[in-house]
Amino acid sequence: MLSSTAECLFWLGRYTERAANIARGLGVASRMASLSASLGGESAEWRALLVASGGEEAFSEKYETISQDAVVDWLVRDQDNPSSIYTCFEAARRNGRAVRTALTVDMWSALNDSWNDLRKRDLARIEGEELPAFLDWVRERALLFNGAATDTMLRGEAWRFVQLGTALERADNSARLLDVRHGMLAVGETAEYAQWQAVLASASAARAYQWVFRDRLDPKKIAELLILRPELPRSLVACFGRVSELLEAIATEQGGRQGECHRMAGELHARLRYARIDDIFEEGLHVFLTRKIERAAALGAAIDGFYIRG
Amino acid sequence: MTMAFDEMRDGEVAQATYAEIAAWVERTPLDQLRQKSAEAELLFRRLGITFAVYGEGGDPERLIPFDIIPRIIAASEWRALSAGLEQRVRALNAFLGDVYNEQRILKAGIIPTALILENAAYEPNMVGFTPPGGIYTHISGIDMVRTGPDDFFVLEDNCRTPSGVSYMLENREAMLRLFPKLCARHRLAPVNRYPEHLLATLKSVAPERAGPDPTVVILTPGSFNSAYYEHCFLADEMGVEVVEGADLFVENDVVFMRTTAGPKRVDVIYRRIDDDFLDPECFREDSLVGVPGVMRAYKAGNVTLANAPGAGIADDKAIYPYVPEMVRFYLDEEPRLANVPTLLCEREADRAEVLANLEKLVVKLARGSGGYGMMIGPHADEAMREEFARRIREKPGDYIAQPTLALSTVPTLAPGGIAPRHVDLRPFILFGRQEITMVPGGLTRVALREGSLVVNSSQGGGTKDTWVLEEAAPPSQSQSQSQSQGQGDA
Repeated sequence: MLSSTAECLFWLGRYTERAANIARGLGVASRMASLSASLGGESAEWRALLVASGGEEAFSEKYETISQDAVVDWLVRDQDNPSSIYTCFEAARRNGRAVRTALTVDMWSALNDSWNDLRKRDLARIEGEELPAFLDWVRERALLFNGAATDTMLRGEAWRFVQLGTALERADNSARLLDVRHGMLAVGETAEYAQWQAVLASASAARAYQWVFRDRLDPKKIAELLILRPELPRSLVACFGRVSELLEAIATEQGGRQGECHRMAGELHARLRYARIDDIFEEGLHVFLTRKIERAAALGAAIDGFYIRG
Repeated sequence: MTMAFDEMRDGEVAQATYAEIAAWVERTPLDQLRQKSAEAELLFRRLGITFAVYGEGGDPERLIPFDIIPRIIAASEWRALSAGLEQRVRALNAFLGDVYNEQRILKAGIIPTALILENAAYEPNMVGFTPPGGIYTHISGIDMVRTGPDDFFVLEDNCRTPSGVSYMLENREAMLRLFPKLCARHRLAPVNRYPEHLLATLKSVAPERAGPDPTVVILTPGSFNSAYYEHCFLADEMGVEVVEGADLFVENDVVFMRTTAGPKRVDVIYRRIDDDFLDPECFREDSLVGVPGVMRAYKAGNVTLANAPGAGIADDKAIYPYVPEMVRFYLDEEPRLANVPTLLCEREADRAEVLANLEKLVVKLARGSGGYGMMIGPHADEAMREEFARRIREKPGDYIAQPTLALSTVPTLAPGGIAPRHVDLRPFILFGRQEITMVPGGLTRVALREGSLVVNSSQGGGTKDTWVLEEAAPPSQSQSQSQSQGQGDA
């Protein structure tokens, strides 16, 4: 496959996943903000989300203070933000259009309709009470795209590059969303029960927790679920496992050609597979997650170097 | 201007070839035809058959209007046309080989040397180089017009990167889907093997070391190009990659494409980008869509470019009047296809004649395309004619003029009902190492505005499906084919 085609498919997967995860983060933050407003911790919520989305610097060049309105503006509709929901949808559609014949009709319709619907919406008015419904819509569009891909795409190289983008983006986003709330999970911290629920909600894992542990919420168990449990599709170990598995499949299809990205993905996955939650807490959750975010970025660069710039 | 020849009916009676169509148009209520027309539009929209027009405002992804009433060409007419087209393409190709090498035609004084050597379309990089098989024009589109029952003329030759073949193919698909019964009542010569012929043609000119299965790619300027859909369509149909300049690179005079499995050697490039942008090392330095070094690889014999750079000198409108002479000179045959009489403003006598008859003539840029920069005298106002007279005096070499032809008409679904509209025909001719192939017919373009003679899609033109009717096979032959082995004559 042409490297440029693979690049478009990979980023198509990444941008779609990113849009959905920004919607998850925003949804949880806005609920938390309303809960903590009485405690005066409102702006801390928005700051944390901003940091997690990785755009704090660019944000501060444009906005004076971190407020709900400013952060929602920045993450939903700001065209200067390369990771706003608006730009993610636009970029996903642009990448899809460039490789339209590599997509199925259903995938293209999902992408194209998302973009056309988004353009028709009055984005400036999405705030306050409008916001949750809009964020649900964003997540639904990503679910539709993923469903279209899963149901209709030939299981070849094109499929694997889309999936690779989705899995790597999800690994990165999961680590970031968890990192936003690492303080609430730290040992000895007495956080509100609602905040623990919020942590799970940001990974769409509230019910999963009950299925796995059948127990009351416990910070260490929450972290274990979101980092180390392979059965949760958004846990770090599951995402990196998927990345590694996809890279191996692409290599096998090409007669075994492998590079640094394969080694890195394998190592990342193996370390998570054999990690213990007590050790992670001992080291510090934030330090641990920061390292994983950096490793995910390095892995992305290695994939790019091997398959796309190669 | 005289009354135009209508291809369906000459007077009251429909031509035999059009009998079914005439009856169908007659008995089908207008509403129903409009309904079908809307269905066709939906079909094209869904398939994404658009052409892109940027910089004019409005939706950049536009649809070329499709007219549901087909245009018919009789088998005998096509036989004559195709023989003429093959002859013409052979002559054009021989001419290209000659002007870039011995220049016999210039030495013989048949074409003025300055007209070639000082022409912007003449490519100095090609001098002394012979492409594989000596073929320059692998794909050409020769625009034909008709003015009477037996009067076909070549309006212009397109030897660079003629487009429109995807519409020819999709129009047929649309007709088969919308009107299966009507199609079945005719013996339609199929067109669907074009991509297969194109691939065979391109493979046939691969460098020898490429072996039996050369790697062919289509080089596109990208998704902003008006014909991008066609580039993708053809790539898909042929099962080859459509690449942009950035997908290719040249190392040691060999062209590679970047793939996920590492660099892959490329043998034949069907390039749909203009000479000027092909290689920033050779042509325009500011080209962002080209491939640096591709000309070096080409001249080293490591990759074949189709069509050859510099092929445009053969379709230059100032060279066009000499094509019949080329046929005589290179092939020692009489031209089977006639040219439209053409005045070259460069020549003093011609110029005087043009300036004195602007209200009757069509004036065209010698190096224009897409229907831009032209004036149709009888349709132009005084101010426009004066403007063109001024331009002609200023840069005579840039203009040619031809009589305003009464292009034939074909019934077309118009806002006010079925009405005659002017058409042309662009057959596509494939020139491979072993043979010249063309699918019967080509792309019929139709000027949708009443009275308009401009068929270009960029100027409000539409398209029609072109039906070349096959003659019925002799019955004895079809019988013998239906027999099975060993049955004898019983």
